[in-house]
Amino acid sequence: MAAVQETVDRVRAIEVDAYKYGFVSDIDSEKPPKGLDEDIVRYISARKAEPQWLLDWRLDAYRRWLTMTPPRWARVKFPEIDYQDLYYYAAPKSTKAAPKSLDEIDPELLRTYAKLGIPLVEQEILAGVERPRVAVDAVFDSVSVATTFKAELAKAGVIFCSFSEAVREHGELVKRYLGSVVPSTDNFYATLNSAVFSDGSFVYVPPGVRCPMELSTYFRINEKNTGQFERTLIIADKGAYVSYLEGCTAPKRDENQLHAAVVELIAHEDAEIKYSTVQNWYPGDSEGKGGVYNFVTKRGDCRGARSKISWTQVETGSAITWKYPSCILRGDSSRGEFYSIAISNGRQQVDSGTKMIHLGKNTTSRIISKGIAAGRSQNTYRGQVSAHAKATGARNFTNCDSLLIGDQCGAHTVPYIEAKNSSAVFEHEATTSKISDDQLFYCLQRGLSGEEATALIVNGFVRDVLQQLPMEFAVEAQKLIAISLEGSVG
Amino acid sequence: MLEVKNLSASVNGQPILDGLSLTVRTGEVAAIMGPNGSGKSTLSYIIAGKPDYEVTSGEILLDGEDLLALAPEARAAKGVFLAFQYPIEIPGVATMTFLKAALNAQRRARGEADLTTPDFRRAVRGAAQSLKIEEEMLRRPLNVGFSGGEKKRMEVLQMALLSPQLCVLDETDSGLDIDALRVVADGVNALRDPARSFVVITHYQRLLEHIQPDVVHVMARGRIVASGGPELALELERNGYRDYANANAAA
Repeated sequence: MAAVQETVDRVRAIEVDAYKYGFVSDIDSEKPPKGLDEDIVRYISARKAEPQWLLDWRLDAYRRWLTMTPPRWARVKFPEIDYQDLYYYAAPKSTKAAPKSLDEIDPELLRTYAKLGIPLVEQEILAGVERPRVAVDAVFDSVSVATTFKAELAKAGVIFCSFSEAVREHGELVKRYLGSVVPSTDNFYATLNSAVFSDGSFVYVPPGVRCPMELSTYFRINEKNTGQFERTLIIADKGAYVSYLEGCTAPKRDENQLHAAVVELIAHEDAEIKYSTVQNWYPGDSEGKGGVYNFVTKRGDCRGARSKISWTQVETGSAITWKYPSCILRGDSSRGEFYSIAISNGRQQVDSGTKMIHLGKNTTSRIISKGIAAGRSQNTYRGQVSAHAKATGARNFTNCDSLLIGDQCGAHTVPYIEAKNSSAVFEHEATTSKISDDQLFYCLQRGLSGEEATALIVNGFVRDVLQQLPMEFAVEAQKLIAISLEGSVG
Repeated sequence: MLEVKNLSASVNGQPILDGLSLTVRTGEVAAIMGPNGSGKSTLSYIIAGKPDYEVTSGEILLDGEDLLALAPEARAAKGVFLAFQYPIEIPGVATMTFLKAALNAQRRARGEADLTTPDFRRAVRGAAQSLKIEEEMLRRPLNVGFSGGEKKRMEVLQMALLSPQLCVLDETDSGLDIDALRVVADGVNALRDPARSFVVITHYQRLLEHIQPDVVHVMARGRIVASGGPELALELERNGYRDYANANAAA
C-alpha cells in the first residue's frame, strides 16, 4: 500500500513538473480551432516553449507546404483530406469522447487483446478508457521503471528522451541533426509534419557506445498520446550501436485518422542502427471505414564509412499505409537493409517498400519484402535501388515475394532500378504465389483448422524476416500475423 | 471398421466413382489395386475430405459414424490418415514445427492436453530413428528439397506420430527404389495393430510383397470389381488389369 502511495505521489510530482513546460503559451489556453495557419504553428511552438530557430523552421516548412500537393503516384485510393478540418495541436485526450469502461469497447477489439494475452488494465489504456491520469501511470508503475532505465542509460551516456525534452535539454544536437535526413521540404506529408509535429523520441548514442538495452520496453510505456504528427530522431555517433523498437502489437484505438510521422536516423562511421517497427493501427471496419491513414516518412543516413542501418517492419494495421523506410548509403562501404512483412486484409491498402540510394563506394544493400494480401485488400511493394556515378562496386540484392489468399485481393511489385555506373551489381528476385489448395488440404488432413493452416503457411512464408526481429517481438509478431489473417479463409 | 456404401462421386462434373462399395474391418489390411484412372486416388481423397470432389450418392462410415458430414480436420481428429502420393511442400515451416502443430491440433480436437515439448521430442525421435530419418531433416522445412524416398518416409513418420485408426496409403510405393521401399514397408508393418485398419492403394504387386494384405480388392471404372485373398494380387501381376477393365466395360 505504501509503495502504491509512493508511486502515486511521484507521478503527481512529475505532472506538476510537466505543467511548468506545458502551458507557457501566449495564446489563450482555450482549445485552438480546427484548421492550419501560421498562428496554429506558432501556438504549437509556444506551448512547447521552443527556441526561435525551431519556430522559424516550422514556419518555413508551413509556407513551403502551402505550395505543395499530396503525392498521387501510390496505388491507394481515398477521399481528398480536408486539412482545414483537422486539429493540429497535441490535444489533451478529450475525456468526453473517451469510453467510460471496457463495456463500451468493440468486443472484436477485446477479443484480440485477450488473444494477445494483454492484461486487463493495459487493455483499458490501449482502448483509451477514461481513467484518472495518475492512476494510469501508477498502474504502469512507469516512474520506477523509467527511473531504472534512465539511470542505466545515463551511465552509458545514452540520451533517450521525448523530442520536446531534447529540444530543451539538448538543443544543439537537435538543431544540428533535425531535417538533415528528411529535409522540411521533402514531401507533402513530411513537410506538414515539420510544421506541426507534436512530439516523439530522441536518441543519441555517443561514440563507441553500445546501447545497453533494446530501446523498446521503455518506449512502450512512454508511448501515450504522442499524437498524430510524431517526430523521431536517432543518432548513432562513431562506432555506436543502438536497437530501437517502435510500436505495439496490440491494436490501438485512436480518434486521429491521419498519421504523418517522420523518422530520421543518422549513423556515423562504423555505427549501426537497427530500427524495428510493428504497426497495428486500427484498419477500419469490414468496409474499411474509420481506419487510420499511415503516411510516414522514414529515412536513414549512413553518413560515415562502414556504417549500417537496418529497417525491419511488420505492418498489419491501418486502412492505408504509405511508407518507404529508406537508406542513403553515403559513407564508403556502408550497408542498408530492409526487411518487411506487410499484411493486408479486409479493405486495407498498402503501398510500402524502400529506397536504397547508393552514393559511396562499395556500398551494399539488401531488401527482403514479404507482402501478404487477403480479403479484398491491395498490397503493393514499391522500391527504388539506385547507384550514383561515383558509387563504384555498389551491390544490392532484392527479394520481393507476394502471397495471395483468396481471389479478391491484389499484390503488385513496382521496382525502380537505376545504375549510373557499370560496376554496380543489382539483383532482383520477385515471386507471387497463392496458398495452394493442396497445401491447405494437406494441413487440414493432418488435423489443423483452416485458420491454423493459413497462419502456419504464412509464418513459413515470412520466416526470413521474422528472424530479423528481436526475439520477444518475433513471438508477438507471429501471434499477430495469425490474428490479422482471421476470417481470410472460407 | 470402414464401410463405403454405394459411393458415387464426380470432379468438375466428370463422374469418377460409380456405386463403389467396400468394407475394411478393424485390424485388417486391405489392398486396392487397379489400373490408372480407375478412381483409386479419388477414393482416398474422398475418404479424407478433399474439397472439389462432389459425392453424388452413397455414404462412408467409420465405426458407424458418417464421415462425409465431417470437415477434413475433424476426420483427422477421428483417426483418418492419408499418406499422400505426392506429399506437399510447406516452405519456411520446419518439419518439427509442423508435426507439433498437427499433433496438438488433433489432441485438442479430442479434448486432450497438448503434448509437452520433451514428450513430443521423445515421440518424434523414436519414430524417426526406426525410419532412418536424421534429426537434421526434422529441422528442414517440411518436404522442401526432400527426395522422393524422404518424402514417403516423412509420411510414415507422421502416421506413426499421429497414431491414426484408419491409414490410407495412396501409391506409397511410387518413386521408391527397393531399399527405400523396404524402410517404408517396415515402418508401416510396425504400425499394424488389431485396432487399426489400412487401405493400401497400389498399382503394382511389388509393395504387397513387403506389406502383406489380408484382402485384395480390384478397382476398375470407379468401383470394386473383384475381391479375394493375397493370391489375387499375384494373378493381377501375371495377367494385368485387362480382363477386369473389359469385363466392366461389357457390363
